[in-house]
Amino acid sequence: MTAALEARGLIRRFGGLVATDNVSFAVEPGARQALIGPNGAGKTTLINLLTGVLKPTEGAVWLEGRDVTGLSSNKRVRLGLARTFQINQLFPDLSPVESLGLAISEREGRGKDFWRPAGKPGIVAEIEELLERFQLTEVYDLPTRSLAYGKQRLLEIALALACKPRVLLLDEPAAGVPEEERHDILAALAALPKEVAILLIEHDMDLVFSFATRISVLVSGRLLCEGTPAEIAKDERVKAVYLGEDGHD
Amino acid sequence: MIASEHRAMMATLAHLRRRERWRLWEIAIWGGLLALILAWPARAALVNEVLIWGLFALSLDLILGLTGVVSLGQAAFFGVGAYTAAMVANAGWNNPLIGLVAAILPAGLVGLATAPLLLRGADLTRLMVTMGVALMLGELANRNSDWTGGADGLNFTVAPLFGRFSIGSIGDGPRNAALFSLAVLFVLFFCARRLARSPFGISLAAVRENKLRAGALGVSASRRIVAIYTVSAVYAGIAGALLAETTQIVSLDVFEFHRSADVMLMLIIGGAGWLYGGIIGAALFVVIRDVVSAATPEYWEFWIGALLVALVLFGRERLKSLVRFSR
Repeated sequence: MTAALEARGLIRRFGGLVATDNVSFAVEPGARQALIGPNGAGKTTLINLLTGVLKPTEGAVWLEGRDVTGLSSNKRVRLGLARTFQINQLFPDLSPVESLGLAISEREGRGKDFWRPAGKPGIVAEIEELLERFQLTEVYDLPTRSLAYGKQRLLEIALALACKPRVLLLDEPAAGVPEEERHDILAALAALPKEVAILLIEHDMDLVFSFATRISVLVSGRLLCEGTPAEIAKDERVKAVYLGEDGHD
Repeated sequence: MIASEHRAMMATLAHLRRRERWRLWEIAIWGGLLALILAWPARAALVNEVLIWGLFALSLDLILGLTGVVSLGQAAFFGVGAYTAAMVANAGWNNPLIGLVAAILPAGLVGLATAPLLLRGADLTRLMVTMGVALMLGELANRNSDWTGGADGLNFTVAPLFGRFSIGSIGDGPRNAALFSLAVLFVLFFCARRLARSPFGISLAAVRENKLRAGALGVSASRRIVAIYTVSAVYAGIAGALLAETTQIVSLDVFEFHRSADVMLMLIIGGAGWLYGGIIGAALFVVIRDVVSAATPEYWEFWIGALLVALVLFGRERLKSLVRFSR
């Protein structure tokens, strides 16, 4: 079976520092995979390499059987690779409706249409569905900057999903979300479409172990090990890495 | 249940289309301008100046207000448009409509050719690059005096509009010129208004608000910036051609830095991003200049400066709530 997303021998150097050191792994179609690792393990660099924000020094990225290493990040999005950001990257002046409408019309290739108005019935139905699914119906017309943090976090995921991705990279989706809004995020994650392959980058081990069926552990830019949650929980090397680090649960 | 879903969809659609309908105050602005020209032909030349500055400021609003790309070199395109109209008229095609259309291509090409310079670097880089391009074009016009008349400028005449309405400075000329400018401004404003609410226009807002995320949704920010910068150059070129045709003289000052700076001042005074800012700013600027310079010819810019400081310090929103002017 062709992997949904595959890294082949990715290396990225910043001067003398090797941030990503020969990383190879695959995300199967419809997978629920997590990428964990202590601070400074190179998770963000790896995501930037996968999404095309950074070019690898060596190695390749394959998306559904196609080499996308040379493609820009916005071309990869159009081929089905979407992501969310650890720190919200939203449009403060636009409402959730406008933001989602933008994502949908870009996906449909209507983004160059400068004459017809933005609202058309097909788009509206889809926006409505996303608003509903991510509990944004009540704030649909407010400028994003005025939304509560938890709602902004939900919009962050909704925007990525509006791209109808085949592969979705979630970069710490629950980061900074207050306890009382957390279950909304968890529910949204649990309800993500089954056919979309998901790679979750997360610090929160409760979330990782409840969500993922496969876990990859990244340490110092290298893939330390991969396995099911049960295997990873038992792995002595993983324990050593996490016990050696303070400030994490 | 079905009914509530339907209601939600209607609300969403209404929200997406909320700025499509022409509001009463908008109709009042356009009607007011028309009435002003017809009722007060003696000051039509002043109104014409406001309209041309308004169109020029609208061209800046497309890139600065909608897309968040700053420029201190809009005069480059204004000048190209003005000289094109003059040269085309001197070559024998002196129909004013032909002059306007002729200005589109060279202004657009200069915009398209220089747009890639805007893609690297931040605001300061952009200010310097756009300013540099305008300086270069102004100097080129100065050096090629065989074509441009150099420091003497170019005098030319245009034929009456539709063979009937002269747009010079004699008789009904100023009134006709103002009506012509109003018509051109309205058509281009109408197009800009549609553009702003289209999927393309919303993608420009996305580039302005968060380039990183726009890219992550599949928007190529570079291409959108090049596209809108070219459109903006065309708008500025048409404004330049309008000024040339309604005054029937072009001189090197169409390229000058103060023109780029003044137009930005006007847009900031009127408010960037909502398309009417340029027209309102131009009107305030020209009227203040006219009124104050009648009293103190040398110090009128003091009051423009004071207005600018007040806007920045107190904030436009608070000033607006003071006068209860809803937009």
